[in-house]
Amino acid sequence: MSGGHSTYTPTNGFTKWLDSRLPLIRVMNDNVTNFPTPKNLNYWYTFGAILTFCLAVQLVTGIVLAMHYVASADKAFASIEYIMRDVNYGWLIRYVHMNGASMFFLAVYVHMFRGLYYGSYKAPREILWILGVIIYFLMMATAFLGYTLPWGQMSFWGATVITNFFSAFDQVIPGLGSGVLEWLRGDFAVDDAAVKRFFALHYLLPFVIAGVVFLHIWALHVPGNNNPTGIDVKGPQDTVPFHPYYTVKDGFATAIFMMLFAVFVFYAPNYLGHPDNYVEANPLVTPAHIVPEWYFLPFYAILRAVPDKLTGVLLMFGAIGVLFFVPWLDWSKVRSASYRPVFRQFFVLFVIACLALGWAGAQPAEGAALLIAQVGTFYYFIFFIFIMPVVGLWETPRKLPESIAKAVLAKNGHAAVQPAQ
Amino acid sequence: MAHSPSETVNRRDFIYIMSATVSAAGAAVAAWPLIDQMNPSAAAQALSSTEVDLSAIQPGQIVTVTWRKQPVFIRRRTEKEIAEAHEGDTASDLKDPQPDAQRVFKPEWLVLVGICTHLGCVPSSQVRGDYDGWFCPCHGSHYDTSGRIRKGPAPKNLAVPNYEFVSDTKIVIGEGKTPAETSKEHTA
Ligand code: HEM
Ligand code: FES
Repeated sequence: MSGGHSTYTPTNGFTKWLDSRLPLIRVMNDNVTNFPTPKNLNYWYTFGAILTFCLAVQLVTGIVLAMHYVASADKAFASIEYIMRDVNYGWLIRYVHMNGASMFFLAVYVHMFRGLYYGSYKAPREILWILGVIIYFLMMATAFLGYTLPWGQMSFWGATVITNFFSAFDQVIPGLGSGVLEWLRGDFAVDDAAVKRFFALHYLLPFVIAGVVFLHIWALHVPGNNNPTGIDVKGPQDTVPFHPYYTVKDGFATAIFMMLFAVFVFYAPNYLGHPDNYVEANPLVTPAHIVPEWYFLPFYAILRAVPDKLTGVLLMFGAIGVLFFVPWLDWSKVRSASYRPVFRQFFVLFVIACLALGWAGAQPAEGAALLIAQVGTFYYFIFFIFIMPVVGLWETPRKLPESIAKAVLAKNGHAAVQPAQ
Repeated sequence: MAHSPSETVNRRDFIYIMSATVSAAGAAVAAWPLIDQMNPSAAAQALSSTEVDLSAIQPGQIVTVTWRKQPVFIRRRTEKEIAEAHEGDTASDLKDPQPDAQRVFKPEWLVLVGICTHLGCVPSSQVRGDYDGWFCPCHGSHYDTSGRIRKGPAPKNLAVPNYEFVSDTKIVIGEGKTPAETSKEHTA
């Protein structure tokens, strides 16, 4: 809608002068304050704002940590202990950054499931969705790199195992994988060269994310928000200005989110982490049970679901890659799953499959956990490449409301029809 | 972009293609140092040999030394372990078949890079797995007493580094050839 007409009129001499040189206030007005937003957005829609908050928290705490952290195989672990014990409020800043990564992923998962449920990836929002998947991918890279920095046992072995994914390409062209592996590590093993480059990239990527977030919001503001009914905005009666309606709603949700965040930071700062990461990296001893951070567990389960190394690695990357094609995999004309009784049930199963994969990823890959990982992996892919296209073709959707305004009135019927008493 | 009224290729098209080509080549040349700096540096390459004194190692014992910052297992095999390795030569579950004779210089001494060929964990020398060799706890790979993969997701045998015996009780890892290379020369 930023392509449409502007609703801003400068009122005084200064704003008129500024507007004809750098129309900053106009851009803010048209894209934030007065941005026409569907009136029916629910709380699932507040996670965009929550994600922006998370990114800001990671940037601020990260830059502060970087002032004390030493990127070297000899000193990294000690510098983390120094941050925890000696730096003023170092423990707080580090715990916020550590748990901030988890909160960031929690929010992004809610945000993504929301998009899948309401069909927000469908035309005209394909680019918006793809930019989101790119952000998610960059987040995973950033979090992986960050997790190696404290140079604990999990940092080291996580970095070893994950960089080793690339050695699978030796099965395609002998020597290719090992070449890429040495290139990534800058040595024959994960060591000083690796921790230095991982730190440089860990510092860089969040700013790249910020850039892609800008494009993501731009791509959002051309078609405007989708909404829980999935039908298009038909006119001004369907929208309210972003401010104050959604600044308040987003602000309220962010405040609740911060409470959850604070519970982790102050009462269970290491609950989501792994105790082995407080043991300094030892290249000669692998911990008995390597597990990644919780937000990677479903992918880890997919990796281990098949006995062949190359297939495992390809499936794991494929699980992310398939998300890029979702806009073209769903052949239903109706966006919102609220009006798609059959798809909705498959969607619920999909959420369950993801959770089950997460559970299986934390267990040793054997017995029931392995079986669940295999069933989960199967469903994960079948959901995208078969269920999504096919269900859209034969399912009879429920009747869609005529407009967002009518849908809102139907839901709160009394208030609209009867005068207040 | 029509530069001239005629549709034929003209000088301007030529200049356009040439300048684009030269720019692309220039960009590629400039990118190479930026890519290559990521490869192991001369300092990392220089640490490439390790000398090990074998005299203190008892039969049945496995010691771990480091070579190029990576663990290397040195196992003084017992008669039983050597026999198991030979039996394994003809086993049907070998994923990466190689006779034991091509993996050692002297049957008593087995020298291996201690990195699981699946995703790079260090297999355990305490928990020796179903084949009495090594067990990798990360995703459950079992290696035999010749370091060959017998069960689990790893695709290849544990690698044998190049090394040489400089005396009866001393080896230098990273120098000389691998046993497989040497045995090929003998048969050739
Ligand atoms: C997308 C945003 C970011 C994410 C998801 C993220 C994630 C992480 C994670 C998971 C850790 C490991 C925490 C631990 O176990 O100790 C970490 C550490 C670190 N990060 Fe970030 N980070 C982000 C942004 C940044 C930024 C912008 C900087 C600025 C330089 C930064 C600097 C650091 C430093 C110095 C460490 C090591 C100290 C520590 O481990 O606590 N991070 N990061
Ligand atoms: S790294 Fe050894 S089994 Fe995966």
